[in-house]
Amino acid sequence: MTERRVKIMSRVGLHARPAALFVQTAAKAPMDVTVALDGRDPVNAKSILAVLGLDAHHGEEVTLAAAGDGAEELLNTLESILSQEEHGRA
Amino acid sequence: MPEPPGSLRGTGVSAGSGCGPVRRMVGTVPEPPAGARHGGDAAAEAAAALAALEGVAASLEDLAGHAPDDAGHDVLHAQALMARDPELAAGVRARVAVGIAAPRAVFEAFAAHREALAAADAYLAARVADLDDVRDRAVAALLGVPVPGVPASDEPFVLVARDLAPADTALLDPATVVAFVTENGGPTSHTAILARALGVPAVVAVPDATTLADGVVVLVDGTAGTVQIAPSPSDVLAARFRDRTPSHVSAAPAGPGGTRDGRRVPLLANITVPGDLAAARAHGAEGVGLYRTEFLFLDRADVPGTAEQAAAYAEALDAFPDGDVVVRVLDAGADKPLPFLPPSAPEPNPALGERGLRMLRRHPEILAGQLAALAKAGAGRPGLRVMAPMVTGADESAAFAAACRDAGLDRPGVMIEVPAAALRARDLARTVEFFSVGTNDLAQYACAADRQSGALSRLHDPWQPALLDLVALAAGAGVPCGVCGEGAADPILACVLVGLGVASLSMAPTAIPAVREELAGHTLDRCRAAAAAARASRTAATARAAARAVLARRR
Repeated sequence: MTERRVKIMSRVGLHARPAALFVQTAAKAPMDVTVALDGRDPVNAKSILAVLGLDAHHGEEVTLAAAGDGAEELLNTLESILSQEEHGRA
Repeated sequence: MPEPPGSLRGTGVSAGSGCGPVRRMVGTVPEPPAGARHGGDAAAEAAAALAALEGVAASLEDLAGHAPDDAGHDVLHAQALMARDPELAAGVRARVAVGIAAPRAVFEAFAAHREALAAADAYLAARVADLDDVRDRAVAALLGVPVPGVPASDEPFVLVARDLAPADTALLDPATVVAFVTENGGPTSHTAILARALGVPAVVAVPDATTLADGVVVLVDGTAGTVQIAPSPSDVLAARFRDRTPSHVSAAPAGPGGTRDGRRVPLLANITVPGDLAAARAHGAEGVGLYRTEFLFLDRADVPGTAEQAAAYAEALDAFPDGDVVVRVLDAGADKPLPFLPPSAPEPNPALGERGLRMLRRHPEILAGQLAALAKAGAGRPGLRVMAPMVTGADESAAFAAACRDAGLDRPGVMIEVPAAALRARDLARTVEFFSVGTNDLAQYACAADRQSGALSRLHDPWQPALLDLVALAAGAGVPCGVCGEGAADPILACVLVGLGVASLSMAPTAIPAVREELAGHTLDRCRAAAAAARASRTAATARAAARAVLARRR
């Protein structure tokens, strides 16, 4: 199991375009991926409804977790999405 | 006047008539009954449910590809992700496995997520509407009923709906909609503003409008506020004949607006996006009196950059090199929540909450960014003026003026839409260069009547003497005062406003020709007499009648 604490830098928090990008990226991975706010149960990072339901705002920290081959790379990618301040349309 | 049988009455909000068959906006998908069971083949039932969700996802992706702007694209794309959500799919499978029929299983699986989102802040609450739309599409597919949304039709039709949201109309083809009729909404609802912008006749606040059957031919009179069912050919001809007058006026040469005796009153356009500029010019606008910039920001994940903003503002300035262009800084909050400007606390009454300048005071970096973009666009383009929405007192107007001057913008103004600001207009006038009265919000706040409430539309009537009194205070405070609410679009009221001392009028572009013609027919003194007669009245109806009577004397 690989874990990573990441601070959300996006001005809109884990909502809107960053949330969509985050979920789409997680959904492409073969293994399970979770995201958790401190003190709350981890939720499925591949679920837009679960991720929006976290209601994670700018400046809050989340914990990402995944296991298996490629987990490290996946968490790197997800971390980079959360660390971006702005997200232009692809 | 008694209505003929077979006629519905509402509030006319966009002039002209339109006749065609009713197409109802499919807005309600029935809730599948609780306890509905499937035949026993859970695997097939689950496959059908998931296929319906995938079909919805694919159609939403397709719509996203055709969305005219980033905002529409992002919403539709997020909705497609919702339809493909793995947690949602698991919830559907679990329910089907215990015997629940597919439509009910889908409905219940959505409900579980809906609660979590609805409990959160305003931004997520708006996503609940998106989620409901996805649910309704999936349930509709499983029940074999029409998919919600604006109906598809190759033939022209009258669109009937409970209400129209901006998302509903994103993909609307104005060429096929001859009129709008809605049950809810008032003169300042999205439906009304959209209808006037498109030049489509509209009647809102029509009780039981959605009971009109699809295919029934109706004649919609957006001037009188009536919807006539199965009109006779002579009724339709008569309505077309009446419509000739405005179209004749539209063809009249555009000159500068003013009274018969030469008092200049610039006639300006309210615009929402740079694309509205062409219509503004075509209808003879002399400039822009209200550029609603929030639509640059709406449904965006991030604040648009300086260059993008400056380009949008410069486009308006270049369209009117000789006229004024009044840009209103971001008016977020209330019915226009933005993800990067969340309210500091839940707001049970958003219209009375942290919106407009109040919100920008908490996010000075966003105001500074917009003012910098405006200063960039205004360099070498002298027509630029900048104003703030939702200003309450002189301390706020002074702070806004200082922020403008810091950015190099030397013609700051404020909107007068809060009664307190109108009452103390002389104090505010010492801090800024001009006022612009927003009659829609001023009526909402002066009469304590929510703009979104169709039931209260009579209280949104800009003819109310109390509202005219407030306008008179603003117009007499010592700085030039314009009106940019929809009240300016009524030709008779426009004359009254000029009589109250208003210096410029800004409205939907399609309203300009009729206002120009009416105003050109009266002297300033006659306008003042009409204003005095209206203010001497005790109700909106008698104020209107009194002003009409004065203006009808010897044209």
